[in-house]
Amino acid sequence: MRPIQRYTTCFFSNLYLGGYRSFDSITHGYDTLAANYGISVVNAFASVVDREGKTVRLADGSTLSYDRLIIAPGIDLIYDSVPGYSEEAAEIMPHSWKAGPQTQLLKAKLDAIEDGQQIIIVTPPNPYRCPPGPYERASMFAHVLKAKGFTSSRIIILDPKPKFSKQALFSEGWEKYYPGMIEWYGSDVHGGIKSVDQKSGEVATDLDTFKGSLVNVIPAQRAGRIEQDVGLTDDSGYCPIDPASMRSKMDENIFVIGDAAIAGDIPKSAFAANSQAKVAAMNVRGDLIESKVFPAKYANTCWSLIETDDCVKVGAQYAPNSEKIASTSSFISQTHEPADLRRTNYEESVGWYKGITTDIFGA
Amino acid sequence: MVRRKGLPGSVFVVVALAVTTLAAAPDAAPDSERGQIIFQTCEGCHQVGEGARHGIGPHLDAFFGRCAGSLDAFKYSGAMHRYGEDGLVWNAETLDAYLARPQAMVPGTRMSYRGLTDAAKRADLIAYIASATAVDPTLAPAPRAEIGAAAMGIDGDPDYGEYLAGESVTCHQRSGRTDGIPSIVGWLRGAFIRALFEYKTNVRQHQVMKLMAVNLGNEEIAALAAYFRGFDPQ
Repeated sequence: MRPIQRYTTCFFSNLYLGGYRSFDSITHGYDTLAANYGISVVNAFASVVDREGKTVRLADGSTLSYDRLIIAPGIDLIYDSVPGYSEEAAEIMPHSWKAGPQTQLLKAKLDAIEDGQQIIIVTPPNPYRCPPGPYERASMFAHVLKAKGFTSSRIIILDPKPKFSKQALFSEGWEKYYPGMIEWYGSDVHGGIKSVDQKSGEVATDLDTFKGSLVNVIPAQRAGRIEQDVGLTDDSGYCPIDPASMRSKMDENIFVIGDAAIAGDIPKSAFAANSQAKVAAMNVRGDLIESKVFPAKYANTCWSLIETDDCVKVGAQYAPNSEKIASTSSFISQTHEPADLRRTNYEESVGWYKGITTDIFGA
Repeated sequence: MVRRKGLPGSVFVVVALAVTTLAAAPDAAPDSERGQIIFQTCEGCHQVGEGARHGIGPHLDAFFGRCAGSLDAFKYSGAMHRYGEDGLVWNAETLDAYLARPQAMVPGTRMSYRGLTDAAKRADLIAYIASATAVDPTLAPAPRAEIGAAAMGIDGDPDYGEYLAGESVTCHQRSGRTDGIPSIVGWLRGAFIRALFEYKTNVRQHQVMKLMAVNLGNEEIAALAAYFRGFDPQ
């Protein structure tokens, strides 16, 4: 059940902002799933889940019954986590943390920036979708400005965290390709983000008030609204699951996968959601037709592009223990790596995009 | 020729000189004489050449072609035994990977050596060990196993392979199409198994593939091979 006809992936949407991908190339339909895989696709909002009766009511009033329900609504943005920010303000200060029209809006605003104008990115607190995403986005902004020869523009990152994902790698890349262009202020420097003002483009912090011609506000996040309505979340705003199966701890007939789930050490990423989906699918099939159920195994890899042909990556393997899904081994790109390795990483990320979207949307 | 531990002070001096020499000619062919100087940091633990005996580390006589962890009279780590059973055989390539970062290649090895990052120095060292171990090959123990032999002997479960392949097809397309990621369908079974073991034992160096392979045991590798054997490239 999807409320939309075509899906724009959040992953690689930064590369669209940077001009490396067309919007079309990151947008996919469901036709192949329906035509080649025997899947019934319903494009409608699922408004109510009746857990007792095991039915889902759609926005048009019709209902679907289920034996097992797999639910993956992703994240909901907590707009008021940033004082002054709102769904309405997002039309002026786009979040673009859900791909689609918001992504296009941000691209249009980025392309309208003139030399000397300033961009501000307000990044979210943990846990949030795509940990390296805001910093890859800053890199893509800088790439666009640099390519236009805009040497007077600045990109200010106001972060509610004292450190961030792949920090050493991004810092090294920014210094190398965009010296002086990107300024990152951690929470211990700016002292706290007080408010944003969509009219003036100002972001007030304890340290200072910053003004941007483009302000990209990525607020705090929690599980998608339907999961809150259905009662699958806990106090954290996300959904507790059984680490061995992705089965909801609140309802044995429901599985929660992707960004909405509390997946232990696994970050909220597309690769990880895809990996979780396979564990859930195996368990659903085991429930329904008593097919073999093997021990759960999860994986993640995230690639981030810093500048043309300079791509870094982080990855890990995960396994369930009695408490959570725990990391069993991991790697991360190193600073000072040779250029050909970084270029190979980029080519690999392009191959991964093709691979995972084929895996998701069929061929 | 049996090399024994030198004075620690002199070791540092000679190694420092070796660095200077190499820096002047970084592309020089592997040189066993330079390697002999580098080996002075090893000989506190390892003896090499005819008559060599075990010390803190196993002797390196007849080293090449030897299965890892295979000498009876030496007490190896459990990790080194397992890698040997999985088919790790010492040759110039595997030794190079091991010397670069022993703990990365065989996590749990008892060899307390951080690694030699300079590839040219590793080549020199390997050249020296190769020259010093040139004893009668009939005295060398036969390699116990081809890499991946244990997995090749298992009749893999294709259902398990199908599940495990969920991870593979996130990047590698089932159709065999390549778009920046190599195809893994239509491979000969032996080559498929060997490739995964080569990632597992760090002979192949790709970060993502090493990560994917590190937790795969013989059952898992055999299962993946059984599953992907059922596909023909389109």
